[in-house]
Amino acid sequence: MSARSETLLWLAQRASAAVLAFCVVVHLATIIVAVQGGLSAAEILARTRGSVLGLVFYTTFVLAAAVHAPIGLRATLGEWLGWRGAARDAVLLLFALALAVLGLRAVAGVFGGAA
Amino acid sequence: MRRNDLRARRHPAYGAFLVHRISGVLLALFLPVHFWALGQSLQGAEQFDRFLSWTALPAVKFAEWGIVVLLAAHLAGGLRLLALELLPWRGWQKSLAAAAAAIALAVGLAFALAL
Amino acid sequence: MALLRVKVWRGAEQGAFQSFEVPRQASQTVLDVITHIQRHLDGSLAYRFACRVGMCGSCAMTVNGRPRWTCRTHVDTVAEDDTLEVAPLGHLPVIRDLVTDMTPFFDKWARARGQFSGARSRHDDFARIAPDDADRRQVDAGIECIGCGVCYAACDLVSWSADYLGPAALNRAWTLVCDARDAANPARLRAVGGDAGCHACHTQMGCSERCPKKISPTAGIAGLKRALARALLKGEL
Repeated sequence: MSARSETLLWLAQRASAAVLAFCVVVHLATIIVAVQGGLSAAEILARTRGSVLGLVFYTTFVLAAAVHAPIGLRATLGEWLGWRGAARDAVLLLFALALAVLGLRAVAGVFGGAA
Repeated sequence: MRRNDLRARRHPAYGAFLVHRISGVLLALFLPVHFWALGQSLQGAEQFDRFLSWTALPAVKFAEWGIVVLLAAHLAGGLRLLALELLPWRGWQKSLAAAAAAIALAVGLAFALAL
Repeated sequence: MALLRVKVWRGAEQGAFQSFEVPRQASQTVLDVITHIQRHLDGSLAYRFACRVGMCGSCAMTVNGRPRWTCRTHVDTVAEDDTLEVAPLGHLPVIRDLVTDMTPFFDKWARARGQFSGARSRHDDFARIAPDDADRRQVDAGIECIGCGVCYAACDLVSWSADYLGPAALNRAWTLVCDARDAANPARLRAVGGDAGCHACHTQMGCSERCPKKISPTAGIAGLKRALARALLKGEL
């Protein structure tokens, strides 16, 4: 692949990494606090439903992950399985879209709806 | 052409690379499952509760702990990588690898205690 | 007299290790051991060396599994249980015994545009670059490369991606990217970008770990990644 597109992927990978670093710290802190004393669905959903902040945060998180993971898999597939070229990149693009759709569906479930 | 064996690879940065790559691949495989399961269980509070009681099983708890450790390890390794690539560094890469390991361990312990 | 058991690669791509016993000496280097074998035990052993003082970069071999310059590697520091295993340098075609074909290694320097291309002629004044100039310091940190190929053999990415230019060629390119007198940028940046270039590097740092001159090609490669990103954002790529 050309220097241009490879540099673009490198930038996307590092920029999404920076976003993810922030999101992962917040996410880990949240679940460590949240799992203390057990969880119930009603408890969680009462806290999350209708939270605009949560919606924005986890939408960003999901989109950054959907950019980040396929780029990492791309290098791994090339170097460890010898799979390079357009077919690999097309499959990874589908993987990125699937991650985004599934992730946004989950975010909508937790944070969407009435408070 | 002679290839490297483990003797050539025995140094801290190689270990950091392996942890980063393997945790990255496992997280990329886990992400769609995580999103899908969350999305499914959020069809209603009852299904979500069933999902949560499933996550209370010891084996599932252990797997969750593993995923949190993977996430922490990938985060710490990623911060190391960002520092290596983006900061003008000289000679402190081994301290970075050690710091990355320490962060991963600390988060793993914190989550284990919270469970 | 104490003896060193030495296993030496014989043959080309196909071959086997042959065992020799070599008397231990004070301050003995791995190159001394190989020379002893060739002069006293088996004159048909092929190996390569020139300066014996760590300047020429021709004597690198795989010693107990790690790439090293043999003329400056003391047996004391590498022998395990009085045993040495000496093989040709990795990631390069083997010609015979301990001699590799360095052609792919140096061809990649050329592909990375490792040649200086100045814009001045003999009629122009000298370029004046202060000793504490930031770019000049980057050049100084990488310029002492002797082209021994140790980093190239140490890097897994060279074997995982056959086209990968490798640490030495990219380090060379970085010293030219930072050279205020050089006029071949950003064409050079285009040559060192991409999955055969600096973006193939995943900071395993085998190169920096093993470089006998204590150069860190990893730092130079990271510099190239930053330079490429800047060029992309400025629309120069």
